[in-house]
Amino acid sequence: MTRHARTALSATAFAILGSLAPLAAHAEWGNLNMPVGVTVLSKEIHALHMTMFWWCVAIGVFVFGWMIWSLVAFRKSQGAKPDTTMTHSTKAEIVWTVIPVVILVIMAIPAARTLIAIEDTRNTEISIKVTGYQWKWHYDYLGEDVKFFSSLARASDEARQLGSGVNPESVENYLRDVDNPLVVPEDTKVRVLLTAQDVIHAWWVPAFGMKKDAIPGNVNELWFKVEKGKTGLYRGQCAELCGRDHGFMPIVVKVVTKDEYRTWLAGQKAGESTPADASSEPAADSSPTIAALPAAPQG
Amino acid sequence: MANTATHDHAHDHHDHKPHGLKRWLYATNHKDIGTMYLVFACVMFFLGGAMALVIRAELFQPGLQFVDPGFYNSMTTMHALLMIFGAVMPAWTGLANWMVPMQVGAPDMALPRLNNFSFWLLPFAFTLLLLTLFVPGGAPAGGWTLYPPLSLQAGDSFPLTIFAIHLMGISSILGAINVVVTILNMRAPGMGLLNMPLFCWTWLITAYLLIAVMPVLAGAVTMLLTDYFFGTSFFAASGGGDPVMFQHIFWFFGHPEVYILILPAFGVVSEIIPTFSRKPLFGYESMVYATASIAFLSFIVWAHHMFTVGMPLAGQLFFMLSTMLIAVPTGVKVFNWCATMWKGSISFETPMLFAIAFLFLFTLGGFSGLMLAIVPADFQYHDSYFVVAHFHYVLVPGAVFAIMAGVYYWLPKWTGRMYNEKIGKLHFWLSTIGVNVLFFPQHFLGLAGMPRRIPDYSTQFADWNMVSSLGASLFGFSQLLFVYVIWSAVRSGEKAADRPWEGAHGLEWELPTPAPYHSWETPPTRSVISHGAMH
Repeated sequence: MTRHARTALSATAFAILGSLAPLAAHAEWGNLNMPVGVTVLSKEIHALHMTMFWWCVAIGVFVFGWMIWSLVAFRKSQGAKPDTTMTHSTKAEIVWTVIPVVILVIMAIPAARTLIAIEDTRNTEISIKVTGYQWKWHYDYLGEDVKFFSSLARASDEARQLGSGVNPESVENYLRDVDNPLVVPEDTKVRVLLTAQDVIHAWWVPAFGMKKDAIPGNVNELWFKVEKGKTGLYRGQCAELCGRDHGFMPIVVKVVTKDEYRTWLAGQKAGESTPADASSEPAADSSPTIAALPAAPQG
Repeated sequence: MANTATHDHAHDHHDHKPHGLKRWLYATNHKDIGTMYLVFACVMFFLGGAMALVIRAELFQPGLQFVDPGFYNSMTTMHALLMIFGAVMPAWTGLANWMVPMQVGAPDMALPRLNNFSFWLLPFAFTLLLLTLFVPGGAPAGGWTLYPPLSLQAGDSFPLTIFAIHLMGISSILGAINVVVTILNMRAPGMGLLNMPLFCWTWLITAYLLIAVMPVLAGAVTMLLTDYFFGTSFFAASGGGDPVMFQHIFWFFGHPEVYILILPAFGVVSEIIPTFSRKPLFGYESMVYATASIAFLSFIVWAHHMFTVGMPLAGQLFFMLSTMLIAVPTGVKVFNWCATMWKGSISFETPMLFAIAFLFLFTLGGFSGLMLAIVPADFQYHDSYFVVAHFHYVLVPGAVFAIMAGVYYWLPKWTGRMYNEKIGKLHFWLSTIGVNVLFFPQHFLGLAGMPRRIPDYSTQFADWNMVSSLGASLFGFSQLLFVYVIWSAVRSGEKAADRPWEGAHGLEWELPTPAPYHSWETPPTRSVISHGAMH
C-alpha cells in the first residue's frame, strides 16, 4: 500500500469511528489525523502513531467483537440460559496476560528506536535559542547576532478581541500568523534550545512532529531537519498553558533554501529591520542566562 | 464500637432517627452521610457542568464571543477542580458509605463521628474555592495542575485555593481511613477478605491510594504557598529551585489520583455485569490481583504526564514501558468482564446499559491512553485536544457512568422504590450519544494540532468544535433527567422488592428493602453470607 493510500485509509477509519463520515464533504471536516509532517522525525512519529492506531483497531475489533457477540448471542429475551459453572479459568487468565505483554513488546521496540533518534542532537548545523514570554516568542540565532521577537499578527490580534465585530473567517490565517516568522533553511539539522522568561511555555509545530516545554531556568533542546524541497510556511502555537493570552502566541516557521537563508541572515546582520528590532528586547533577563545556569536537574 | 452498640439498643429495632436539620448536621449514620455525599457530589457535578458549558459555548465558534480569556482559564481550572474533588471523589465516598457496611455485614461505618467530620469539611472547602470567583484577580486560572510559576501569578484567590485543597485532602484521607477500618475490622464473622464483593475490594485499594498520595498533594501545595508568601524558592529557578520538581511531586500524587477516580468504578461494574448476566463474576481473584497491580503501577508511571519537560532518555524509556504495562492488568479486567457476559443470560435494565457503555467507552479511552504512552507520538499528542478526549473518555463514560450505574442499581435498595425504567433508559441513550458527540471529535482536533486550554482557535478547527459543543449541550442537559428520575422514584416510585434484580447477589440484597437504618444490627449468619455470595 502506498503511503498516500494508507493515510487516506486511516483518515477514513477515524471518520467511521466518529460515525460522522457523511459530513466529510466540507474540506475542513477532513482534518482528522495527525499531519505526516515535513521532517525525518515527523514521518517516523506519524508512522509510529499509525502503527499504534492499527494495533488499537485490531485489538478493538477483537474486544468489541467479543462484547457485541455476547450481548447479541446471550440475550435473556432470546431465552439464553446462564452457565453458572463458568467462574474462572487459569489457562484463560494466562493467555490474556501473556498475549498483551507480547503485543506491548512489539509496540515498544519501534517506539524506543524512534525515541533514541529524537534524542540524538549530535551534528547540528544551526542553533537557535527560543525563549517564551507572556505572550510572544523570542528567537536568537546563536553565534550570528540575529535576534527578534515574534508576536501574533496585527490583523488577528484586532479580530480576536472580545466584541471586535470582526468575523474570524475574514482574517487570513486567523491566530496562526505572526509579524516575524522564524526563518530556517531546508535540509539542515537545526537545534532549538528552549527556555522561558516568565512561566512555562511549549513550542509546538505539528509539521515538525515535535513539541517541548520552554521552562524558566531550564534549557531544553529539540532538533528538526526539514526535508529538501519542503520549503514554505509551517504553523504551530504555544502548547503549555501560560496565562491569559496562551491561545494567542502562535509560531510560524518559514523554511527557505540554503541560499535564501544565507541572504536573509546577511540582510539581518546588515541591519535590515524587517524582522524585529533587537532593541525592543528587554534590557536584561532577570532569569539566569544559559551560561550561568546550573546543570538543570531534570530527572 | 461500644457507642454503636448502645445506640442500637436505645433504638430497639425501629428506625428512630433525629429529625430536621440535626439529623444532617450531627449525622453519624452511614446512610445519612452517604446521602449527603451523593447530593453534594450532584450539586458540584451541575456547577462543574455549568462551567463546562461556558467553555463549550465560547468554543462553539472561532473568535471570542462571551468571556475574557482570563475568565476562560478560570473556568477550565475550576471545572477540573470541581469535577475531580467535588463531584467524582465525593460520589465514590458516598457510595462507599452506603454500600460498604451493607456488603460486609456491619451496622455502620467503623468511625461514625469521623465520618461526619470528613463530610462536613467539604462544604467549607468548596465554599472557599467558589469564593475565589469573586475576589480581586478572579478564580485560579493556571490549570487544576497548579504548575508554577504560572499558578503563583494568581491574585487573592491563591491562599483560598490552597486551603480549599488542604480541606479536601483532609476530608479524603479521613474518609479513606474510615473505609479501611470498616473493611478490615467490621466484616461479619465468616466473611473472609476474598469473599467480599469486588466493590469493597476496589474501594479498599483506593483508600490506600488516597492515604498514600493526598499528603503528597498537601506537601506540594504547601510548598507553593511558602513560595508565594514566605520567600522560599522551591520552584523558582531564580532562587535555585526548579519548576519541574513541582510537576514530579504533583504527578506522583496525580497519577494514583486517576486510579482513585476509576478503581471504584471497576468495582461497581463488577457488581452490575454479573447481576444482569445472571452469572458469577468471571475470575474474581484475578480481578482483585489486577486491581492491586494497577494500584502498584500507578506509583511508578507519573512522569508520563510530563514527557515534554525534557527528561533523560533512560527516564523516558522507563516511564513509557511502565505505563504500557498498565494495559496488562487493565486488559485482564476487560477480558474478565467479557467472559462474565459470555454464556450469560443478559437483560438490559438501566444500570446494565450504563455498565455496558462503560465497558465500551472506557476501553476506547484505554486505547488512546496506550497511544499516549508511546513517547515519540506523545510529543505530538501532549497538551493537545487528543489528551482532552482521552481523559474525558475514561472519566465521563468511565467514572461518571459507573457512578450513575451504581445509583440506578442500588436506588431501590436505598429508597425502597423503583425508578422509572423508561426515563432511565432515555437518560442513558441521551447521555451516551451526547458524550460521544462531545468527546469523539476532540480526538480529531488534537491530532490536527489544536492545543488544549485555549479560548479561541484558528478557523480550521471550527467544524469539529461546533459538533463537540452541540454534544456538550445534549449531554449536559440530559443530566437533568437523572435528577428527575431519582426525584420521582423517591417521591412516587413503585415499591421495590427485597431483591429487585433477580440475578443480584451480595449481602446488601439479603437485607429488607428499603435497607434498615442500622444495616446489620446483628451480623449475618454464615448461611446468610453463603446465600449472598455466589463466587
